Amino acid sequence: MKEKLARFYAKDGTKTVLSSVLSIIIGMVVGSIIILLVGISNKSLGFNSVGEGIQLVFGGLFSTGRNAAGSLTFGFNSTNFGNMLFRATPLILTGLSVAIAYKTGLFNIGAPGQYLMGTAATLFVALKIPTTSSTLYENGGVPASLVWLLAFLAGMLAGALWGAIPGLVKAYLNINEVLACIMCNWIAANLVTWIFEGSSLCNTIESGKTGYIYKTSYNGVVTAKLGLDKIFSGSQVNGGILVAIILAILVYILMDKTTMGYQLKACGSNRHSARYAGIADKRNIVLSMALAGALAGAGASLYYLAGNTEFFWSTYQSLPDAGFNGIPVALLASCNPIGVIFTGCFMSMLDICGLQLTNLTAYNEYITDVIIAVIVYLSAFALLIRMLLTSKKSIGHEENANADNSGNAAADKTTGGNPEKDKNTASAVNAKGGEAL
Amino acid sequence: MQPDNVIEMLHITKRFPGIIANDDITLQLRRGEVHALLGENGAGKSTLMSVLFGLYQPEEGKILKNGQEVKIHNPNDATALGIGMVHQHFKLIDVFTVLDNIILGAETTKLGFLQKKEARAKVEALSEKYGLKVDLDAHVEDITVGMQQRVEILKMLYRDNEILIFDEPTAVLTPQEIEDLLETMRAFAAEGKSILFISHKLNEIMSVADRVTVLRKGKYVGTVDTKDTDKQSLSNMMVGRPVQLEVVKDEAKPQQPVLQVRDLKVPSAVHKRDAVNGVSFDVRAGEIVCIAGIDGNGQSELVYGLTGLEKSSGGTVTLCGEDISHATIRQRGKNMSHIPEDRHKHGLILDFTLEQNMVLQRFQEPQFAHNGFIDTAAVREYSDRLIEDYDVRSGQGSVTVARSMSGGNQQKAIIARELDRDKPLILAVQPTRGLDVGAIEHIHNQLIAERDKGHAILLISLELDEVMSLSDRILVIYEGEIVGELDPKKTDVQELGLYMAGAKRQSGKEAGKA
Repeated sequence: MKEKLARFYAKDGTKTVLSSVLSIIIGMVVGSIIILLVGISNKSLGFNSVGEGIQLVFGGLFSTGRNAAGSLTFGFNSTNFGNMLFRATPLILTGLSVAIAYKTGLFNIGAPGQYLMGTAATLFVALKIPTTSSTLYENGGVPASLVWLLAFLAGMLAGALWGAIPGLVKAYLNINEVLACIMCNWIAANLVTWIFEGSSLCNTIESGKTGYIYKTSYNGVVTAKLGLDKIFSGSQVNGGILVAIILAILVYILMDKTTMGYQLKACGSNRHSARYAGIADKRNIVLSMALAGALAGAGASLYYLAGNTEFFWSTYQSLPDAGFNGIPVALLASCNPIGVIFTGCFMSMLDICGLQLTNLTAYNEYITDVIIAVIVYLSAFALLIRMLLTSKKSIGHEENANADNSGNAAADKTTGGNPEKDKNTASAVNAKGGEAL
Repeated sequence: MQPDNVIEMLHITKRFPGIIANDDITLQLRRGEVHALLGENGAGKSTLMSVLFGLYQPEEGKILKNGQEVKIHNPNDATALGIGMVHQHFKLIDVFTVLDNIILGAETTKLGFLQKKEARAKVEALSEKYGLKVDLDAHVEDITVGMQQRVEILKMLYRDNEILIFDEPTAVLTPQEIEDLLETMRAFAAEGKSILFISHKLNEIMSVADRVTVLRKGKYVGTVDTKDTDKQSLSNMMVGRPVQLEVVKDEAKPQQPVLQVRDLKVPSAVHKRDAVNGVSFDVRAGEIVCIAGIDGNGQSELVYGLTGLEKSSGGTVTLCGEDISHATIRQRGKNMSHIPEDRHKHGLILDFTLEQNMVLQRFQEPQFAHNGFIDTAAVREYSDRLIEDYDVRSGQGSVTVARSMSGGNQQKAIIARELDRDKPLILAVQPTRGLDVGAIEHIHNQLIAERDKGHAILLISLELDEVMSLSDRILVIYEGEIVGELDPKKTDVQELGLYMAGAKRQSGKEAGKA
């Protein structure tokens, strides 16, 4: 039994999951400490509120409000669950976007820009083609479902093109994709504002909504609910989450089972050997970034095609969170496409917890933002935590069976005759971090 | 009188799951001797040294320093005991200067400020004393591998280490640098330092070591004085069976030309001139042609030009009657196998499993892929067969991550992959670099077998022994030009050396073409 456990522990997958779970737990604990500190330093809160706050941070998803006696009640809350899935949809896709690039050795920090371009293209197609059930156009003739499909594809295509730019620049000019991505983000932010400013798509029907683009439901384009609204009554959930899950599975199959995935990973792991083997390394870099962009674009499409979401078009000063949050979603899942489904849901669950906290206690939702921030921070450390897990308990298990070589492997962890061992570990980690960025 | 043992490792046993890396090994190092540790790849040499250096704790056995039992828990303990180690892969910080690297971790400070002047004086004195020339202000990334190694040695001296461990130090050096290093090691021994020298190069061991301890598959075989032994018996001890050090082969029966190179020019990545400057030669089916030369005379670039890794700037390359001067790497790969010079950079994807590496060029072939999906069962079956046929040893067979394999087995895997592709031309670049005699013998025999099957083989090697014993024709490259064609049966190492150094050359026309 003990040996079984040890073997289970020695598995790479176990360690990966464990390190992510540890990051999450530390994040939640830090959040609880903040709740405690805020609670005891604020007269209107007190210890009772602290207890409630911590309960909501951990179990906000199951919160069903307060009973007659004024204490918190918990149970299955279909609205919370449905909304969690709804909000997870774009996060899963931007997470996949970051993950697929990361697996091929690229850091896609350009997801926000790709997300914005996807948004713009989707809204243009969804609102410009008159549908049969449109309230914006008199004589619409195109079926709404066809427009939905076109809008979704347009969003993916726009994201793909926007992702391909840093890919091209990286492949042919050897310019770091991180820099190119950041540039592209802000170009997208300004471009989108410029496209929509004064356009006929700004909401002029509802008063005070001119900062927003029409909801796609004005043109009758709405993602099918597929019965999910029945299961999760009272929530915004729609079929988009299923599309996201299907895409995640497709990405998994692509990366693990196909020759294309093999080539992409080969280029990502060692560009030189890929080239040696006759794999077109440049093409694969561009392809990888285009795929990443397409996924981010798909995330935007699914979010805005929901029909109940509206886009604030004046984006030139800010980039969408959904894009950046793809990074922790991917890192927490160790870039495993199937893992991304769960970490995406987890991140949106924290959002829901924040809302519950605001609604039911005197705390505001920024506490959960702090928790998210801590988890994001720690997700970057997931690698370090994994290293610690490896070196502490199972050096003999992990270091392979080859004696001579395991000697070298361990020797690599320190430097010859250098007494400052900690310093070295730190610099090794720094080097890793530098690589990632 | 009792010999003066400075370090004694007694009955050391170190186990890893599934393998006993060191099984009851005893090693006694005397003061002022050069003690070689000899063994095949995977014999447990590095593990034993890692135990001495505090990276591993042995399950059994003890370590004595000057007769006193000591416990070495980590490298800091080892340093405190005066044990220093030059690792096979250097532990230097590329962006630091040489001086900073040497003092790192042993800095002299006053009120928290570095006292670099004192450190510099000490390092300069050491460098002067032992003839270890280094540029203290150069950044490590800019200096040669040989100089990096001198930096590592100075690091040990700076810490006043008395016991110096060299882990396969010559694998990366040029012949001249090797000679200098051995000279330095002798000087250290002469003044009372003790040296542990890990190697499987018999020539070096015979030339520098006083005693040799031989390990085989984790077990202690014996310790002998070098003056009482010879290369043949050492290699027999190491491999456990009689090894033929001389290559046995029949007369070559060359047929039609497979590769024809005419006036090929390849640009250099470093300087403006062409690294390969108008080279012409043929390689025929059924012969081994060797390009000999001192490292850095255009061999690497010639290979890049032939394989398409670098675009040629002039001339033509014809392979099997087809002009491939401007073909893509994959197109060239149709008729060419390539055992690359750098197995980590080009040969393997270290984070991939062995089976994934085995189909690096072939994953798209119908045998392994259907409709864009990889047939993992077929890949596994193929990889298992190669592992079996070519005796590639690894922890978990096909699913072993390439990074975790020993260097020798990584090379065997590459050779298995390339030879099994069964192409008319085999381009073998330093195929036995860093390997032990057993593995070298194996690879040489395989190359000869391929030749006798009618394949054309172009061998590029820096090892003169290999050049002389394996090739049917020798082309000497000097500063990017072929300066002579020699028949290995009619020439000797001295004459070859003159051509390689540029002191002698044949007129350009006749060299190369068969």
